[in-house]
Amino acid sequence: MLAFVLRRLFQSLMVMLAVALIAFTMFRFVGDPVNQMVGVDTPQEQVAQLRQTLGLDEPVVVQFARYIYNAARLEFGVSYQFRLPVISLLGERAPATLELAFMSALFSLLVGIPMGVYTALRRDSWLAKIFQTVSLVGISLPTFLIGILLIYLFSVTLGWLPSFGRGEVVKIGNWWTTGLLTGSGWKALILPSITLGLFQMTLIMRLVRAEMLEVLRTDYIKFARARGLRTRAIHFGHALKNTLVPVITIAGLQLGSIIAFAIITETVFQWPGMGLLFLKAVQQVDIPIMAAYLMLISFLFVSINLIVDLLYALVDPRLRATIGAH
Amino acid sequence: MTDKPLPVLPPSRLAQLWDSDLVYSFRSSPITVVASIMALVLVLAAVFAPLIAPYDPFDPASLDLSDGFSRPMQPNEITGKVFWLGSDGQGRDIFSAILYGSRVSLIVGAASVLLSLVLGVALGLVAGYVGGRTEALIMRVADIQLSFPAILVALLVFGVARGLIPPALQEQMTLLVLVIAIGLSNWAQYARTVRGSTLVEKNKVYVDAARLIGLKAWPVMLKHVLPNVAGPVLVIATINLALAVIEEATLSFLGVGMPPTQPSLGTLIRFGQQYLFSGEWWILLFPSLVLILFALSINLFGDWLRDALNPKLR
Repeated sequence: MLAFVLRRLFQSLMVMLAVALIAFTMFRFVGDPVNQMVGVDTPQEQVAQLRQTLGLDEPVVVQFARYIYNAARLEFGVSYQFRLPVISLLGERAPATLELAFMSALFSLLVGIPMGVYTALRRDSWLAKIFQTVSLVGISLPTFLIGILLIYLFSVTLGWLPSFGRGEVVKIGNWWTTGLLTGSGWKALILPSITLGLFQMTLIMRLVRAEMLEVLRTDYIKFARARGLRTRAIHFGHALKNTLVPVITIAGLQLGSIIAFAIITETVFQWPGMGLLFLKAVQQVDIPIMAAYLMLISFLFVSINLIVDLLYALVDPRLRATIGAH
Repeated sequence: MTDKPLPVLPPSRLAQLWDSDLVYSFRSSPITVVASIMALVLVLAAVFAPLIAPYDPFDPASLDLSDGFSRPMQPNEITGKVFWLGSDGQGRDIFSAILYGSRVSLIVGAASVLLSLVLGVALGLVAGYVGGRTEALIMRVADIQLSFPAILVALLVFGVARGLIPPALQEQMTLLVLVIAIGLSNWAQYARTVRGSTLVEKNKVYVDAARLIGLKAWPVMLKHVLPNVAGPVLVIATINLALAVIEEATLSFLGVGMPPTQPSLGTLIRFGQQYLFSGEWWILLFPSLVLILFALSINLFGDWLRDALNPKLR
C-alpha cells in the first residue's frame, strides 16, 4: 500500500513538473518579459540592469528552478496588462469562480441523481423518456448557447433573474467575497450555475441510470427481495448506496472540468471570476496570468486525481489486493 | 445431386452495395437517413456558398445602412428589399452571412480533425508497434492531455500563438492558428484507440509474414496494420467533427477565434448576442440553429456509424 501511495505521489509530481516546464517555457520564451516592462526610450544599460535583477541572464536550468521555487510560494510574477502581482489578481477572483463551481456541482448532483434513479426505476414512463430526451439535447447543445437561451427566457422575456454579474457581495475576512449572503447574490447565481452544471447533470443522470440498472440485476438485490424487504428499502437502502461510489468518483473528477468550463459560462454572464480573467489574458497575450492559471488548474486536476485514486484503493478491498500483489 | 446449378446472374455492383450490411442498417434507420441528408445539405450549402448566397456579405460596396435590421421575410421599411432571414445592423443579409460562416466553421472543423487524426494515428501506431519506453511516454502524455478539457488546451495554444505571431499577420493567420489549437487538443483519443487495436493486430500472423519478407517498420505499420485499425478511427473522426465545429464556435464566441472580417458561425452568434435585449432576435437565432442542427446531425450519424461498425452489435 505504501509503495502504491509513493508511486502515485511520484507520478503526480512528474506531471506537475511537466506542466511547470510548459508554463515556464511560455513565460520565458513567448514574448520577452523585459520588453513588456520597459518603455521604448529606456536606455540600454537600464534594460541590461533589469535583465540582471530578474535573473534572465543566468542559465535556463537555474531560471527554471527559480520559477518552480517561486510558483511553490505562489509567486507568478506581474501581469503585463494590470501591472499587479498575478496571484493577487487570481485570488481576488477565485471566490467568484469557486462559488459558481460549487453551486453548479451541487445542482448537478441534487438534480442528476434523482433523475437517474427515476429513469432507472420507471424505465417506461413518459417522464423518464422526457428526461432521456432532454439529456440528449443537453449533451448536443454548446454551453454558451444554453446560457444565452436561459438569459433570453428568464432575463429578457420573464425578467425574473439578472443576466450578468454577481449581484451584491459581502466581504468575509480579508479576501473572500460571497454572494451567498444577499438575495441579489443568490438570484445572480441561479442562471450561471444551471448553465455550467447542465452538462455534468446529464452525465450524472446517465451514469446513475446505467449503474442502477446494473445493480438491480445482481443477486443480492434478488436476495433482498426474497427476504421480503420493502421495495423502498431495496431501492434506496441497498441499490442506490452501491451505485454512489462510481458517481462520486466521476463527480469528483468533473470538478476540475467544471472550473475549466467556467471560462465559457463566466463570459456569457460577465461573471467576475478567474475564467474571465484568463480569457482576457489570452486575448491580450498576458503570459504571466496564462502560465499561473495553467499551473493552478493543473494542480487542481492532479490533486483531485490523486485523492480519488487513493480513496479508491482505501475503499475497494479488491483493488487493494491487486495493488499488494504488484 | 447431379443436376447443374441454375445459372445465376451476378447482381450488379449497385445492387450488391444496396444489399450490403452497412447500407441495409443505414436504410432501416430513418433518423440516420434524415440526419445524413440534413448534414449533407448543410455541407453542400457551405461548399457552394458563393453560388447560393443572394448577397456578398463581405463586400462593403453592396451594403446599405438603410437595409439595417430588416425583419425576416418582410420587406425593409425604407428600401423595400426582402431578406429571407433578416439583416443585421449594417444591412448584411443573415442568410448569406450564415452560408459563408458555416463555410469557415466547416473548413476549420475538417482541417483540425484531419490534423488530430494524422497526429493521433501516427503516435498511436508507433506506441503500439514499438512499445517500451516510447509507448510509455506517448501514452502518459495522452493521459495528461485527456484529463484536461479540450477547450482549455485550445485556449492556451491560441494564446501562445498570438504571442509568437507578429500583430500584422495575426488576422490572416487566425484560421491556421485555430486549426492547430483545436487539432492539438483532440489527438489523444485517436492515439489511445489506435494503440489498443495495434497491440492486438501486431501479434497476428499477417504482420509476422510482412516482417518476414523484409519490410521495415513503417511500411508494415502503414500498409498492413493501419487498414485494420481504421474502423474505430472513422467513428471517432465523425463525432470529433461535430466537437471541433462546436469548439471553434465556442472559441469564436469567446472572442478568441475568427475575426469579424471573416466570421464563422461562432462569430455570428457573438454578434447576435448583442441584440438579445433589443429585440432583433433573428440575428442570434438563425446562426445558432444552423450550428445546433449541424452538430446534432453529425452526432446522430456518428452514433449510427459506431453501432454499424461494431461487430458485437450485429
